[in-house]
Amino acid sequence: MLKIRVIPTLLWKGQGLMKGEGFNSWRLVGSAQQAVKVFCMREVDELVLLDIAATSESRLPDVEIVDELADDCFVPFSVGGGIRTLEDVTRLLRAGADKVVVNTAAVERSAIVREIAASFGSQCAVVSIDAKRNPNGGYEVFTHCGTKATGLTPVEHAKRVEALGAGEILLTSVERDGTMTGYDVELTRQVADAVKILVIAAGGCGTYAHMAEVLTDGRASAVAASAMFQFTQQTPKEAKQYLHDHGFPVRI
Amino acid sequence: MSFVAIIDYGLCNMDSVARAVKKCGGSPVITKEVNDIDAATHVILPGVGAFPDAMRNIRAAGLDIALKRRVLEEHVPFLGICLGMQLMAAMGEEGEKAEGLGFIEGEVTLLRPQKDERIPHIGWNQAEHVREHPFLKDVPSGSDFYFVHSYRFNPVHQEDVLATTPYGGGFPSIIGRGTIVGTQFHPEKSQKHGFQLISNFLSFR
Repeated sequence: MLKIRVIPTLLWKGQGLMKGEGFNSWRLVGSAQQAVKVFCMREVDELVLLDIAATSESRLPDVEIVDELADDCFVPFSVGGGIRTLEDVTRLLRAGADKVVVNTAAVERSAIVREIAASFGSQCAVVSIDAKRNPNGGYEVFTHCGTKATGLTPVEHAKRVEALGAGEILLTSVERDGTMTGYDVELTRQVADAVKILVIAAGGCGTYAHMAEVLTDGRASAVAASAMFQFTQQTPKEAKQYLHDHGFPVRI
Repeated sequence: MSFVAIIDYGLCNMDSVARAVKKCGGSPVITKEVNDIDAATHVILPGVGAFPDAMRNIRAAGLDIALKRRVLEEHVPFLGICLGMQLMAAMGEEGEKAEGLGFIEGEVTLLRPQKDERIPHIGWNQAEHVREHPFLKDVPSGSDFYFVHSYRFNPVHQEDVLATTPYGGGFPSIIGRGTIVGTQFHPEKSQKHGFQLISNFLSFR
Protein backbone atom coordinates (compact mmCIF):
# COMPACT_ATOMS: atom_id res chain seq x y z
CA MET A 1 0.00 0.00 0.00
CA LEU A 2 1.18 3.50 -0.81
CA LYS A 3 2.30 5.18 2.40
CA ILE A 4 1.32 8.61 3.61
CA ARG A 5 4.37 10.87 3.33
CA VAL A 6 5.30 13.35 6.04
CA ILE A 7 7.37 16.03 4.32
CA PRO A 8 9.39 18.74 6.07
CA THR A 9 9.36 21.87 3.92
CA LEU A 10 12.35 24.18 4.12
CA LEU A 11 11.60 27.80 3.24
CA TRP A 12 14.84 29.27 2.10
CA LYS A 13 16.11 32.75 1.39
CA GLY A 14 19.72 33.54 0.68
CA GLN A 15 21.56 31.05 2.83
CA GLY A 16 19.13 30.74 5.69
CA LEU A 17 15.83 29.11 6.50
CA MET A 18 12.88 31.41 7.06
CA LYS A 19 9.62 31.36 8.90
CA GLY A 20 6.76 33.68 8.07
CA GLU A 21 3.16 34.04 9.03
CA GLY A 22 0.59 34.35 6.28
CA PHE A 23 3.53 34.68 3.85
CA ASN A 24 4.65 37.80 5.75
CA SER A 25 6.99 38.94 8.50
CA TRP A 26 9.71 36.56 7.46
CA ARG A 27 12.50 35.89 9.90
CA LEU A 28 15.64 33.84 9.81
CA VAL A 29 15.42 30.61 11.76
CA GLY A 30 18.40 28.48 10.86
CA SER A 31 20.76 27.01 8.34
CA ALA A 32 19.58 24.99 5.37
CA GLN A 33 22.69 22.80 5.41
CA GLN A 34 22.13 21.75 8.97
CA ALA A 35 18.41 21.11 8.49
CA VAL A 36 18.98 18.95 5.42
CA LYS A 37 21.63 16.95 7.27
CA VAL A 38 19.44 16.35 10.31
CA PHE A 39 16.31 15.43 8.33
CA CYS A 40 18.28 13.01 6.15
CA MET A 41 19.90 11.40 9.16
CA ARG A 42 16.41 10.86 10.53
CA GLU A 43 15.40 9.23 7.24
CA VAL A 44 12.44 11.46 6.47
CA ASP A 45 10.15 10.40 3.61
CA GLU A 46 11.03 13.36 1.43
CA LEU A 47 12.33 16.93 1.67
CA VAL A 48 11.07 20.05 -0.10
CA LEU A 49 13.24 23.15 -0.41
CA LEU A 50 11.56 26.35 -1.61
CA ASP A 51 13.48 29.55 -2.30
CA ILE A 52 10.84 32.10 -1.36
CA ALA A 53 12.67 35.12 -2.80
CA ALA A 54 13.73 33.64 -6.13
CA THR A 55 10.70 34.63 -8.23
CA SER A 56 10.57 38.25 -7.10
CA GLU A 57 14.33 38.52 -7.63
CA SER A 58 13.99 36.88 -11.08
CA ARG A 59 16.55 34.18 -10.39
CA LEU A 60 16.87 30.50 -9.63
CA PRO A 61 17.81 29.06 -6.25
CA ASP A 62 21.60 29.08 -5.90
CA VAL A 63 22.50 25.98 -7.92
CA GLU A 64 25.84 25.50 -6.19
CA ILE A 65 24.23 25.45 -2.76
CA VAL A 66 21.51 23.08 -4.01
CA ASP A 67 24.33 20.85 -5.21
CA GLU A 68 25.98 20.95 -1.77
CA LEU A 69 22.68 20.28 0.00
CA ALA A 70 21.96 17.35 -2.32
CA ASP A 71 25.33 15.85 -1.39
CA ASP A 72 24.03 15.32 2.14
CA CYS A 73 20.63 14.18 1.00
CA PHE A 74 19.87 10.50 0.52
CA VAL A 75 16.13 11.09 0.59
CA PRO A 76 13.90 12.31 -2.26
CA PHE A 77 14.60 16.00 -2.69
CA SER A 78 12.32 18.53 -4.42
CA VAL A 79 13.49 22.08 -5.14
CA GLY A 80 11.50 25.14 -6.18
CA GLY A 81 11.75 28.88 -6.60
CA GLY A 82 11.98 31.08 -9.68
CA ILE A 83 11.81 28.26 -12.23
CA ARG A 84 10.69 29.57 -15.63
CA THR A 85 12.31 27.50 -18.37
CA LEU A 86 13.24 23.93 -19.15
CA GLU A 87 16.87 25.00 -18.87
CA ASP A 88 16.25 26.07 -15.26
CA VAL A 89 14.77 22.64 -14.57
CA THR A 90 17.73 20.86 -16.13
CA ARG A 91 20.19 22.87 -14.01
CA LEU A 92 18.38 22.01 -10.77
CA LEU A 93 18.05 18.33 -11.65
CA ARG A 94 21.73 18.24 -12.55
CA ALA A 95 22.52 19.83 -9.20
CA GLY A 96 20.82 16.93 -7.45
CA ALA A 97 17.11 17.75 -7.21
CA ASP A 98 14.87 14.76 -7.86
CA LYS A 99 11.81 16.85 -8.63
CA VAL A 100 11.19 20.52 -9.29
CA VAL A 101 8.43 22.68 -7.86
CA VAL A 102 6.88 25.37 -10.05
CA ASN A 103 4.41 27.95 -8.84
CA THR A 104 4.35 31.36 -10.53
CA ALA A 105 5.47 29.99 -13.91
CA ALA A 106 2.65 27.41 -13.86
CA VAL A 107 0.23 30.37 -13.92
CA GLU A 108 2.10 32.82 -16.15
CA ARG A 109 3.54 30.35 -18.65
CA SER A 110 1.71 27.14 -17.99
CA ALA A 111 3.36 25.40 -20.96
CA ILE A 112 6.36 24.91 -18.65
CA VAL A 113 4.40 22.13 -16.91
CA ARG A 114 3.87 20.30 -20.19
CA GLU A 115 7.52 20.80 -21.14
CA ILE A 116 8.77 19.34 -17.86
CA ALA A 117 6.41 16.37 -18.15
CA ALA A 118 7.44 15.71 -21.76
CA SER A 119 11.18 15.86 -21.09
CA PHE A 120 11.50 14.47 -17.58
CA GLY A 121 8.17 12.75 -16.96
CA SER A 122 5.15 13.88 -14.96
CA GLN A 123 6.59 12.55 -11.72
CA CYS A 124 9.24 15.25 -11.90
CA ALA A 125 6.76 18.15 -12.09
CA VAL A 126 5.36 19.29 -8.77
CA VAL A 127 3.05 22.28 -9.11
CA SER A 128 2.81 24.43 -6.02
CA ILE A 129 -0.47 26.31 -5.60
CA ASP A 130 -0.78 29.07 -2.99
CA ALA A 131 -4.38 29.99 -2.23
CA LYS A 132 -6.18 32.53 -0.09
CA ARG A 133 -9.81 32.60 0.95
CA ASN A 134 -11.66 35.57 -0.54
CA PRO A 135 -14.45 37.58 1.14
CA ASN A 136 -17.28 35.74 -0.63
CA GLY A 137 -16.14 32.39 0.75
CA GLY A 138 -14.30 31.07 -2.30
CA TYR A 139 -10.59 30.69 -2.86
CA GLU A 140 -8.15 32.45 -5.16
CA VAL A 141 -4.70 31.43 -6.38
CA PHE A 142 -1.81 33.81 -5.63
CA THR A 143 1.64 33.83 -7.21
CA HIS A 144 4.93 35.60 -6.44
CA CYS A 145 5.10 34.16 -2.95
CA GLY A 146 1.52 35.03 -2.12
CA THR A 147 1.64 38.66 -3.29
CA LYS A 148 -0.07 38.61 -6.67
CA ALA A 149 -3.72 37.71 -7.24
CA THR A 150 -4.49 35.69 -10.35
CA GLY A 151 -8.29 35.56 -10.54
CA LEU A 152 -8.03 31.76 -10.75
CA THR A 153 -9.68 29.36 -8.34
CA PRO A 154 -7.44 26.61 -6.97
CA VAL A 155 -9.76 23.97 -8.44
CA GLU A 156 -9.63 25.30 -12.00
CA HIS A 157 -5.88 25.88 -11.79
CA ALA A 158 -5.28 22.40 -10.36
CA LYS A 159 -7.33 20.78 -13.14
CA ARG A 160 -5.46 22.75 -15.74
CA VAL A 161 -1.99 21.79 -14.51
CA GLU A 162 -3.11 18.19 -14.13
CA ALA A 163 -4.14 18.18 -17.79
CA LEU A 164 -0.75 19.67 -18.69
CA GLY A 165 1.02 16.79 -16.98
CA ALA A 166 1.74 17.81 -13.40
CA GLY A 167 2.60 14.82 -11.21
CA GLU A 168 1.66 16.26 -7.82
CA ILE A 169 0.18 19.39 -6.31
CA LEU A 170 1.69 21.05 -3.26
CA LEU A 171 -1.27 23.04 -1.97
CA THR A 172 -0.60 25.78 0.56
CA SER A 173 -3.06 27.96 2.41
CA VAL A 174 -1.48 31.40 2.53
CA GLU A 175 -3.42 32.54 5.62
CA ARG A 176 -2.65 29.40 7.59
CA ASP A 177 1.03 29.24 6.70
CA GLY A 178 3.25 29.65 9.75
CA THR A 179 0.30 29.95 12.14
CA MET A 180 0.37 26.31 13.30
CA THR A 181 -3.43 26.47 13.69
CA GLY A 182 -4.21 23.62 11.30
CA TYR A 183 -4.45 23.07 7.54
CA ASP A 184 -7.25 24.60 5.50
CA VAL A 185 -9.16 21.33 5.23
CA GLU A 186 -11.90 22.66 2.97
CA LEU A 187 -9.40 24.05 0.46
CA THR A 188 -7.51 20.76 0.43
CA ARG A 189 -10.66 18.73 -0.06
CA GLN A 190 -11.90 20.89 -2.93
CA VAL A 191 -8.67 20.38 -4.82
CA ALA A 192 -8.11 16.72 -3.90
CA ASP A 193 -11.62 15.88 -5.07
CA ALA A 194 -11.13 17.76 -8.35
CA VAL A 195 -7.96 16.01 -9.55
CA LYS A 196 -6.65 12.47 -9.86
CA ILE A 197 -3.04 13.32 -9.04
CA LEU A 198 -1.60 13.41 -5.52
CA VAL A 199 -2.23 16.45 -3.36
CA ILE A 200 0.26 17.38 -0.64
CA ALA A 201 -1.40 19.55 2.02
CA ALA A 202 0.68 22.46 3.32
CA GLY A 203 0.29 25.57 5.43
CA GLY A 204 -0.80 25.65 9.05
CA CYS A 205 0.25 22.35 10.54
CA GLY A 206 0.90 22.63 14.26
CA THR A 207 0.06 19.21 15.66
CA TYR A 208 -0.02 15.60 14.54
CA ALA A 209 -3.80 15.72 14.83
CA HIS A 210 -3.87 18.43 12.15
CA MET A 211 -2.19 15.96 9.81
CA ALA A 212 -4.73 13.24 10.53
CA GLU A 213 -7.55 15.73 9.95
CA VAL A 214 -6.36 16.90 6.53
CA LEU A 215 -5.65 13.33 5.43
CA THR A 216 -9.12 12.16 6.40
CA ASP A 217 -11.40 15.15 5.84
CA GLY A 218 -9.22 16.94 3.30
CA ARG A 219 -8.37 13.76 1.35
CA ALA A 220 -4.74 14.75 1.01
CA SER A 221 -2.23 12.06 0.03
CA ALA A 222 0.72 13.56 1.88
CA VAL A 223 1.34 16.25 4.48
CA ALA A 224 3.97 18.95 4.53
CA ALA A 225 4.98 20.98 7.57
CA SER A 226 7.57 23.64 8.11
CA ALA A 227 7.20 25.78 11.23
CA MET A 228 6.07 22.84 13.34
CA PHE A 229 9.32 20.97 12.75
CA GLN A 230 11.42 24.12 13.24
CA PHE A 231 9.75 25.52 16.34
CA THR A 232 8.35 22.68 18.35
CA GLN A 233 9.76 19.43 19.68
CA GLN A 234 7.56 17.52 17.27
CA THR A 235 9.38 15.40 14.69
CA PRO A 236 8.50 13.67 11.40
CA LYS A 237 9.21 10.33 13.05
CA GLU A 238 6.75 10.95 15.89
CA ALA A 239 4.22 12.28 13.40
CA LYS A 240 4.36 8.99 11.54
CA GLN A 241 4.07 7.01 14.77
CA TYR A 242 0.96 9.05 15.63
CA LEU A 243 -0.51 8.47 12.17
CA HIS A 244 0.31 4.77 12.38
CA ASP A 245 -1.43 4.53 15.76
CA HIS A 246 -4.47 6.16 14.17
CA GLY A 247 -4.68 3.66 11.34
CA PHE A 248 -2.88 5.48 8.53
CA PRO A 249 -0.37 3.60 6.35
CA VAL A 250 3.07 5.10 6.97
CA ARG A 251 6.66 3.98 6.68
CA ILE A 252 8.12 3.59 10.15
CA MET B 1 36.83 -2.75 -6.35
CA SER B 2 33.81 -2.45 -8.59
CA PHE B 3 34.20 0.08 -11.37
CA VAL B 4 30.65 1.21 -12.02
CA ALA B 5 29.62 2.99 -15.21
CA ILE B 6 26.50 5.09 -14.60
CA ILE B 7 25.08 5.86 -18.00
CA ASP B 8 24.43 9.54 -18.66
CA TYR B 9 21.91 10.08 -21.42
CA GLY B 10 21.28 13.67 -20.54
CA LEU B 11 17.90 13.49 -18.87
CA CYS B 12 18.25 13.22 -15.16
CA ASN B 13 20.15 13.65 -11.94
CA MET B 14 22.72 10.90 -11.70
CA ASP B 15 24.69 12.33 -8.81
CA SER B 16 22.52 10.64 -6.21
CA VAL B 17 23.12 7.27 -7.86
CA ALA B 18 26.87 7.92 -7.92
CA ARG B 19 26.86 8.95 -4.25
CA ALA B 20 24.92 5.82 -3.29
CA VAL B 21 27.34 3.59 -5.23
CA LYS B 22 30.26 5.25 -3.46
CA LYS B 23 28.61 4.73 -0.09
CA CYS B 24 28.19 1.06 -0.94
CA GLY B 25 31.90 0.70 -1.68
CA GLY B 26 31.91 0.98 -5.48
CA SER B 27 33.85 3.37 -7.65
CA PRO B 28 31.35 5.20 -9.89
CA VAL B 29 31.84 7.18 -13.07
CA ILE B 30 29.01 9.08 -14.73
CA THR B 31 29.62 8.65 -18.42
CA LYS B 32 28.37 8.63 -21.97
CA GLU B 33 31.63 7.14 -23.33
CA VAL B 34 31.74 3.67 -24.83
CA ASN B 35 35.30 3.31 -23.43
CA ASP B 36 34.00 3.58 -19.87
CA ILE B 37 31.25 1.05 -20.55
CA ASP B 38 33.92 -1.28 -21.92
CA ALA B 39 36.11 -0.84 -18.84
CA ALA B 40 33.30 -1.15 -16.28
CA THR B 41 32.79 -4.16 -14.04
CA HIS B 42 29.16 -3.08 -13.47
CA VAL B 43 26.73 -0.90 -15.42
CA ILE B 44 23.86 1.14 -14.00
CA LEU B 45 21.22 2.75 -16.19
CA PRO B 46 19.38 5.28 -14.02
CA GLY B 47 16.51 7.37 -15.08
CA VAL B 48 13.61 9.56 -14.71
CA GLY B 49 12.10 10.88 -17.87
CA ALA B 50 10.22 9.81 -20.91
CA PHE B 51 10.92 6.48 -22.63
CA PRO B 52 11.06 7.66 -26.28
CA ASP B 53 13.36 10.64 -25.49
CA ALA B 54 15.64 8.42 -23.44
CA MET B 55 15.97 5.76 -26.17
CA ARG B 56 16.59 8.44 -28.77
CA ASN B 57 19.43 9.91 -26.70
CA ILE B 58 20.92 6.48 -25.97
CA ARG B 59 20.86 5.55 -29.65
CA ALA B 60 22.21 8.90 -30.80
CA ALA B 61 25.25 8.39 -28.56
CA GLY B 62 25.72 4.83 -29.84
CA LEU B 63 25.31 3.52 -26.29
CA ASP B 64 22.66 0.92 -27.12
CA ILE B 65 25.13 -1.16 -29.15
CA ALA B 66 27.81 -0.97 -26.43
CA LEU B 67 25.30 -1.86 -23.71
CA LYS B 68 23.89 -4.82 -25.61
CA ARG B 69 27.37 -6.18 -26.29
CA ARG B 70 28.60 -5.76 -22.71
CA VAL B 71 25.45 -7.03 -21.03
CA LEU B 72 24.13 -9.72 -23.36
CA GLU B 73 27.40 -11.09 -24.77
CA GLU B 74 29.96 -10.34 -22.06
CA HIS B 75 27.57 -10.72 -19.10
CA VAL B 76 28.58 -7.59 -17.21
CA PRO B 77 26.16 -7.11 -14.27
CA PHE B 78 23.52 -4.53 -15.15
CA LEU B 79 21.11 -2.57 -12.95
CA GLY B 80 18.29 -0.53 -14.46
CA ILE B 81 16.63 1.98 -12.14
CA CYS B 82 13.08 3.33 -12.70
CA LEU B 83 13.02 4.41 -16.35
CA GLY B 84 16.32 2.53 -16.66
CA MET B 85 14.49 -0.67 -15.77
CA GLN B 86 11.73 0.11 -18.26
CA LEU B 87 14.34 0.70 -20.96
CA MET B 88 15.39 -2.95 -20.53
CA ALA B 89 12.07 -3.89 -22.11
CA ALA B 90 11.65 -4.81 -25.72
CA MET B 91 8.96 -2.21 -26.24
CA GLY B 92 7.89 0.90 -24.43
CA GLU B 93 5.16 3.40 -24.71
CA GLU B 94 5.25 6.83 -23.12
CA GLY B 95 3.34 9.09 -25.46
CA GLU B 96 4.54 7.03 -28.43
CA LYS B 97 5.66 3.47 -29.15
CA ALA B 98 9.40 3.01 -28.99
CA GLU B 99 11.80 0.10 -29.07
CA GLY B 100 13.81 -0.53 -25.87
CA LEU B 101 17.09 -2.32 -25.21
CA GLY B 102 15.40 -5.72 -25.20
CA PHE B 103 17.40 -7.24 -22.31
CA ILE B 104 14.27 -8.81 -20.84
CA GLU B 105 11.25 -9.52 -22.99
CA GLY B 106 8.30 -7.43 -22.04
CA GLU B 107 6.50 -4.21 -22.65
CA VAL B 108 5.94 -0.99 -20.77
CA THR B 109 2.40 0.23 -20.29
CA LEU B 110 0.59 2.93 -18.32
CA LEU B 111 -0.35 2.07 -14.72
CA ARG B 112 -4.10 1.72 -14.33
CA PRO B 113 -5.30 3.25 -11.06
CA GLN B 114 -7.70 1.16 -8.99
CA LYS B 115 -10.29 2.65 -6.67
CA ASP B 116 -8.93 5.64 -4.70
CA GLU B 117 -5.50 5.37 -6.30
CA ARG B 118 -3.78 8.28 -7.98
CA ILE B 119 -1.30 8.31 -10.88
CA PRO B 120 1.67 8.99 -11.00
CA HIS B 121 2.46 6.53 -8.23
CA ILE B 122 4.65 8.71 -6.00
CA GLY B 123 5.94 7.81 -2.55
CA TRP B 124 6.91 4.85 -0.42
CA ASN B 125 5.43 1.44 -1.10
CA GLN B 126 6.42 -2.12 -0.34
CA ALA B 127 8.12 -4.67 -2.58
CA GLU B 128 6.91 -8.20 -1.88
CA HIS B 129 9.29 -10.92 -2.97
CA VAL B 130 7.90 -13.58 -5.28
CA ARG B 131 11.10 -15.60 -5.71
CA GLU B 132 14.61 -15.84 -4.31
CA HIS B 133 17.53 -14.11 -5.97
CA PRO B 134 20.98 -12.97 -4.75
CA PHE B 135 19.90 -9.38 -5.48
CA LEU B 136 17.38 -9.64 -2.62
CA LYS B 137 19.84 -10.90 0.00
CA ASP B 138 19.28 -9.32 3.44
CA VAL B 139 16.34 -7.25 2.19
CA PRO B 140 13.15 -8.37 3.96
CA SER B 141 10.12 -9.00 1.76
CA GLY B 142 7.67 -6.12 2.25
CA SER B 143 10.38 -3.45 2.72
CA ASP B 144 9.35 0.04 1.61
CA PHE B 145 11.03 1.77 -1.32
CA TYR B 146 10.60 5.17 -2.95
CA PHE B 147 8.65 5.17 -6.23
CA VAL B 148 7.95 7.89 -8.78
CA HIS B 149 6.45 6.61 -12.01
CA SER B 150 3.37 6.36 -14.19
CA TYR B 151 4.34 3.32 -16.24
CA ARG B 152 4.90 -0.33 -15.44
CA PHE B 153 7.08 -3.04 -16.93
CA ASN B 154 5.26 -6.26 -17.83
CA PRO B 155 7.79 -9.06 -18.46
CA VAL B 156 6.67 -11.82 -20.82
CA HIS B 157 8.20 -14.52 -18.57
CA GLN B 158 6.90 -14.51 -14.99
CA GLU B 159 10.20 -16.01 -13.76
CA ASP B 160 11.84 -12.65 -14.49
CA VAL B 161 9.70 -11.02 -11.77
CA LEU B 162 11.48 -10.97 -8.37
CA ALA B 163 9.07 -8.73 -6.44
CA THR B 164 5.74 -7.02 -6.92
CA THR B 165 4.12 -3.94 -5.42
CA PRO B 166 0.42 -3.60 -4.63
CA TYR B 167 -0.66 -0.60 -6.68
CA GLY B 168 -2.54 -0.37 -9.95
CA GLY B 169 -3.66 -3.95 -9.37
CA GLY B 170 -0.07 -5.02 -8.60
CA PHE B 171 2.98 -4.51 -10.79
CA PRO B 172 6.53 -5.96 -11.01
CA SER B 173 8.80 -3.71 -8.92
CA ILE B 174 11.99 -5.77 -9.04
CA ILE B 175 12.92 -7.83 -12.05
CA GLY B 176 15.97 -9.98 -12.64
CA ARG B 177 17.53 -12.62 -14.82
CA GLY B 178 20.97 -13.74 -13.73
CA THR B 179 23.06 -10.60 -13.23
CA ILE B 180 20.64 -8.39 -15.16
CA VAL B 181 18.39 -6.70 -12.58
CA GLY B 182 16.04 -3.75 -12.44
CA THR B 183 14.04 -1.81 -9.87
CA GLN B 184 10.99 0.30 -10.62
CA PHE B 185 11.74 2.31 -7.47
CA HIS B 186 14.82 4.39 -6.65
CA PRO B 187 17.18 2.35 -4.44
CA GLU B 188 19.49 5.38 -4.22
CA LYS B 189 16.68 7.29 -2.50
CA SER B 190 15.38 4.39 -0.42
CA GLN B 191 17.90 4.53 2.41
CA LYS B 192 18.86 1.29 4.20
CA HIS B 193 17.10 -1.31 2.04
CA GLY B 194 17.95 0.55 -1.16
CA PHE B 195 21.63 0.60 -0.25
CA GLN B 196 21.48 -3.10 0.56
CA LEU B 197 20.20 -3.79 -2.97
CA ILE B 198 22.99 -1.70 -4.47
CA SER B 199 25.58 -3.54 -2.33
CA ASN B 200 24.12 -6.86 -3.46
CA PHE B 201 24.36 -5.72 -7.07
CA LEU B 202 27.99 -4.67 -6.61
CA SER B 203 28.78 -8.16 -5.29
CA PHE B 204 27.70 -9.70 -8.64
CA ARG B 205 30.61 -10.96 -10.70
